[in-house]
Amino acid sequence: MNARAKALRPDLALICDWIAPGSRILDLGCGDGTLLAHLAATQAVRGYGLEIDDANVAACLAAGVNVIQGDIDDGLTDFADGSFDYVVMTQALQALARPDKVLAEMLRVGREAIVTFPNFGHWRVRMALLRGHMPRTPALPAQWYDTDNIHLCTLADFEALCAASGWQVLERALLDRTHRDGLSIRTLPNLFCELALYKLRRPRAA
Amino acid sequence: MRAVAANPGGVSSVGIVTPRRIAIERALTLACGQILPRFDLVIETYGELNAARSNAVLICHALSGDHHAAGFHSADDRKPGWWDSAIGPGKPIDTRRFFVVSLNNLGGCRGSTGPVTVNPATGELWGPDFPIVTVRDWVASQALLADHLGIDCWAAVIGGSLGGMQVMQWTIDLPTRIRHALVIAAAPRVSAQNIAFNEIARQAIRSDPEFLEGRYVAHGVKPERGLRLARMLGHITYLSDAAMRARFGRLLRDCDGAFNFNYDVEFEVEGYLRHQGNSFVDRFDANTYLLMTKALDYFDPAREYGDDLAAAFRAAQAKFLVVAFSVDWRFAPARSREIVSALVAAGREVSYAVIDSQLGHDDFLMPIPQYHAVLHSYLDRVALESGT
Repeated sequence: MNARAKALRPDLALICDWIAPGSRILDLGCGDGTLLAHLAATQAVRGYGLEIDDANVAACLAAGVNVIQGDIDDGLTDFADGSFDYVVMTQALQALARPDKVLAEMLRVGREAIVTFPNFGHWRVRMALLRGHMPRTPALPAQWYDTDNIHLCTLADFEALCAASGWQVLERALLDRTHRDGLSIRTLPNLFCELALYKLRRPRAA
Repeated sequence: MRAVAANPGGVSSVGIVTPRRIAIERALTLACGQILPRFDLVIETYGELNAARSNAVLICHALSGDHHAAGFHSADDRKPGWWDSAIGPGKPIDTRRFFVVSLNNLGGCRGSTGPVTVNPATGELWGPDFPIVTVRDWVASQALLADHLGIDCWAAVIGGSLGGMQVMQWTIDLPTRIRHALVIAAAPRVSAQNIAFNEIARQAIRSDPEFLEGRYVAHGVKPERGLRLARMLGHITYLSDAAMRARFGRLLRDCDGAFNFNYDVEFEVEGYLRHQGNSFVDRFDANTYLLMTKALDYFDPAREYGDDLAAAFRAAQAKFLVVAFSVDWRFAPARSREIVSALVAAGREVSYAVIDSQLGHDDFLMPIPQYHAVLHSYLDRVALESGT
């Protein structure tokens, strides 16, 4: 299995650009280990993935990725303060019981946190609500009653939480659902961004 | 030589196997201070050692295990070795790729030097005079075995329960001689509750009138009642409450459903425990059981490192796979997490899987699909690395 041979999803490729070679990383909800395998092969990054799903755990092992089976909602108590350069979490924030607490935990065990989530301020979402229904969009296809996404937020909401918590936004990348940016997103980000990527740092005083 | 019966799925048995006695003509200083000038270890091996000697896997057994991990001793053997589900052609510990070594530990009762072998100093059976050995002693003896077999470095050392403790000790004591450590259903040290169960087992044996200070063989008797009780107690801890309920519930032996108002076997679970106890008495030695439980109680690699398990693992070089079972309460998943947490703190490479299981501690012997998928996935990479 050669991670280099596979084209990396654009959002994951962006994350790789944000990670310094040789660093230590924890990937929360690491899936089949694609990101970690790629980072290990191309940037000599070492680390672990946290993953709950049985099939994904076996896939990580087969790919030679260090994976720890567990639930992000149970916390990161196995990891000491500042034990990673980066803690990454892609597309899981909105499915957590307490996203704010997990973000705080990410910034406890990591120097920096990289997080991605679907933007609930996107115009398709707003249109659906105007029509009187919970949104079902290409980025959020599930029904309200069977969705895993229980804590959706908009860019504005997320940035308000960061400001209130004192987390510094180091980088921000806003993409549409094909993982590209564009003029419309740059002009009206909260209306046109479908997938948001943020890199955060904990406040210096903490 | 052994016959390998192939089947269409590619998964088969290692076939008929023959144990070998290996004479280790080297002195071993034990943790208790005693010196064994020489000793024997009985082993079985499955598969072939490759030319580079890089594909050897050591299997460490648990409390009541032995060298017979896979295959059959004869064509009319009813039961295969204790871990036949995992060892064999096409199985997770694939004997087409690995040279698998399984031994009866020092102090055991299946042929290796121990209480039921002769003490050369006296010409009598060792019996209760056989020194209490520790997990560290076992690892040292296994290293001498590796020397004898010409194995500088194990591709993997694998063990469940007390076997998993030996695996951890290998990574700490001989870090350059083990590439992968598979620690299954284990704990970094036993708890007060674990010691309490062991102590009751020991008291059951030692208070049997036929124990005779451990010199029962010389008197032509056996502390069967004590050993049976010890095993019955152990079996309660190997199963979860839910598993016992599912398997036995409150079922009565007699189908008429009426109580007998006596102390014969009445509930199914009583019959099960007595059966387990009785079959154990036929195959196991009480002195060995005593010293095995003591080895469990003494195991505590963090002790010499200021109770800091991460410090104990700092010199380890192996990559780790830690596996726990969801309903195991003897060595619960939380105990495995302690191991994982220490390894992460020590900066070691580690993966951890918790298997959704049914039985309890005994699940580590079961062919649970996700468990075997995890072992398969991990060991496939070990085999590739080992050039097989």
